[in-house]
Amino acid sequence: MNFDFSDDQKQLRDQARKFLAEKCSPKAVRVVLDGKAPYDKELWKGLAEMGFLGVAIPEEFGGAGAGHLELCVIAEEMGRANAPVPFSSTVYLAAEALLIAGSDAQKKKWLPAIASGEAIGTLALFEGKGNPAPKNVKLAAANGVLNGVKKPVADGAIADFAVVAARTGSGGRDSDISLFLVDLKAGGVEVKSLTNLDPTRGQAEITFRDCKAEPLGAAGEGWSILAQVLDRAAVLCAFEQVGGADRALEMGRDYALDRIAFGRQIGSFQAIKHMLADMYVSATLARSNSYYGAWALSTNAAELPEAAAAARISATQAFQHCAKNNIQVHGGMGFTWEFDCHMYYRRANAMALGLGSLSYWEDQLIDRMRKKNAA
Amino acid sequence: MNFDDTPQEAEFRATARVWIGANAPKQYEDELRKSSLGRTVLKNANILEVAKAWQKKKADAGWACLHWPKEYGGRGASPIERVIWSQEEGPFGQLSRMFIIGHGMCGPTMMAFAREEHKRTYLPPLASGEKVWCQLFSEPAGGSDVAGLRTRAEKDGDDWVINGQKIWTSGAHYSDYGILLTRTDPTVPKHKGLTMFFLDMKSPGVEVRPIKQASGASDFNEVYFTDVRIPDHQRLGEVGDGWNVSLTTLMNERSAIGAAVSTGFPELFEYCSSLMLDDGPAIEDRAVRSKLANWAVKASGLKYTSMRAISALSRGERPGPENSIGKLVAGSMIQDVATYALDLQGAGGVVSGEDAELAGRFQAMLLRAPGTRVEGGTDEIMRNIIAERVLGLPGDIRVDKDVPFNKIPTKGRN
Repeated sequence: MNFDFSDDQKQLRDQARKFLAEKCSPKAVRVVLDGKAPYDKELWKGLAEMGFLGVAIPEEFGGAGAGHLELCVIAEEMGRANAPVPFSSTVYLAAEALLIAGSDAQKKKWLPAIASGEAIGTLALFEGKGNPAPKNVKLAAANGVLNGVKKPVADGAIADFAVVAARTGSGGRDSDISLFLVDLKAGGVEVKSLTNLDPTRGQAEITFRDCKAEPLGAAGEGWSILAQVLDRAAVLCAFEQVGGADRALEMGRDYALDRIAFGRQIGSFQAIKHMLADMYVSATLARSNSYYGAWALSTNAAELPEAAAAARISATQAFQHCAKNNIQVHGGMGFTWEFDCHMYYRRANAMALGLGSLSYWEDQLIDRMRKKNAA
Repeated sequence: MNFDDTPQEAEFRATARVWIGANAPKQYEDELRKSSLGRTVLKNANILEVAKAWQKKKADAGWACLHWPKEYGGRGASPIERVIWSQEEGPFGQLSRMFIIGHGMCGPTMMAFAREEHKRTYLPPLASGEKVWCQLFSEPAGGSDVAGLRTRAEKDGDDWVINGQKIWTSGAHYSDYGILLTRTDPTVPKHKGLTMFFLDMKSPGVEVRPIKQASGASDFNEVYFTDVRIPDHQRLGEVGDGWNVSLTTLMNERSAIGAAVSTGFPELFEYCSSLMLDDGPAIEDRAVRSKLANWAVKASGLKYTSMRAISALSRGERPGPENSIGKLVAGSMIQDVATYALDLQGAGGVVSGEDAELAGRFQAMLLRAPGTRVEGGTDEIMRNIIAERVLGLPGDIRVDKDVPFNKIPTKGRN
């Protein structure tokens, strides 16, 4: 049994960590946090040059052709650094959708552009409140044009193209939904930035008015493609969350060692020690569940739906838990804008919703476990 | 990343599987598989006798105490082979419970500190289950604070004379031998005045009294020592070095990698899958599903944490600190799971025993659960261990560290 990353993958992790420590310091993240830039363009360019954007994209489409375990490794480091770039929307959602359902021409057009950092992509699925469900998709597609409003769309304001979920049938069945590919720079769309929990990753409202769109995958196959994309993204996001949770735990630990109160290191009080121990426990559970998700993702195992839901829930809980208690360990200083704690708190809570909320994934997990037991 | 055996591991697994298939006491398999925390019973047999017979059979064929050297009754197997064996032994591993302390703690301590002739005499019958051992550390005055123990050992000629009381001794009532931590010098700070021995539990002056637990059952005992004589050659380690000797014992307690911890989740999921609530199947209920999902990811998280440790063993490395979370997570989880299973039964959940839902499986689990959060290190001690050894936080401030033991206050208030 070798339920671990390989030495090469661990080397890649060290390389990514070193690169991000240099190019993505908290100071750099703050440029985006403070609204001085929509995302870190220099970092995005650097990630492309390092080959990280296309790490799981096959070589024939301009990527490094390494694989999804390598992408998991990079994702963890992106989460640890709280990187203010459209990595998850472009790489986990848009690129994965293209890899699953794109025609050769669509792949040739967009995947090399993603790998080289020239194109930012996203998934336009949600329409206001609600979790992923066919009935929540109202935006209509007819005769190759889209009409409707999507929000929130992650990184929608800076994206060059979007994978759009649209209604092609009238009911709430999976087969009533189809996917479309939209060049957001080609007209027919109106994009508005939305303020959101985590300013280091933008959210937007996109209005489609008789917007020209080309089908992605077969008509009526949209929901089954989406389900696969969401599962794959759930695993990749889980690694970001695990990276964020670990960093928040480290920050809390370091502060508990440095800070003196009542004449001693606050980390010598059991109230603090036990809080940090519990953070370690949830971060460890999340990491192990995510490893299983990585295995299922990289081998295209039949267990992927269940593994993805478990990784998603566990990593969401761990990142939220570690981020909030990191602030608690810091006390009042943790609640200031100057300290970095709130950046992780914001990211943790935004990520907890991005692919559908915790209660949605809890429901999914139980469905999938029942399906497995019935089989 | 894969879950495959190496060729050698696969060969070992196949050999173990064939032997277990041909030799395990299959007539008890179903009952053992259905046992859960607080309820491991065989209806028509004495579990102690079944366990001893299985252990002896394993020992005769070279499958006992796999990680021990052959000359002491083991197999000289690698850590990963030990894990594979326990995976293959499956439900029959439940029968090893009465030997866990002897094999996991007493044996390794004897191996590290006993004289060679004692090792050759005592270890093989310990491995084969013919002799059962217990561990006599905890006292009324020293549970989490083991070094606060007061049982005295005083030198008299070539013997030591023991007086005092131990508590929470698992299996003392059927044990043949025990390892015993005593205080030999109360005038020095507490960690410095301890000495370890092993003794025959049938020695004159040893009295074992079962403790009736909060659950009603009796797994543990009080053990009283009145002028019990132990020859000096049964001392383990130097006089005054008992604390270090006991650390060897306790480290072995925590190194049982891959041993599955009970979380109660498989039992609860199975229960909810068929349970009907007032307004429909439990498994369709949003609140039930949310609870189940939260426990599911804890159970799977523990499972895959243990797989990571096993992977390290398979590569011949020492596992990281991740495995220290198992008992902490599982202990409080099984208590919560049992509480929730009864909640789903409504007012009827109050009935326990054979007349209850599932013959009282979850009631028994609930009543046994508080013990799991205390035995082998309380939740609080486990958190201290994680905080200090894994996260590198400072140790607790110990006000009694440099005080002679006999000057430490013994009462909280007067």
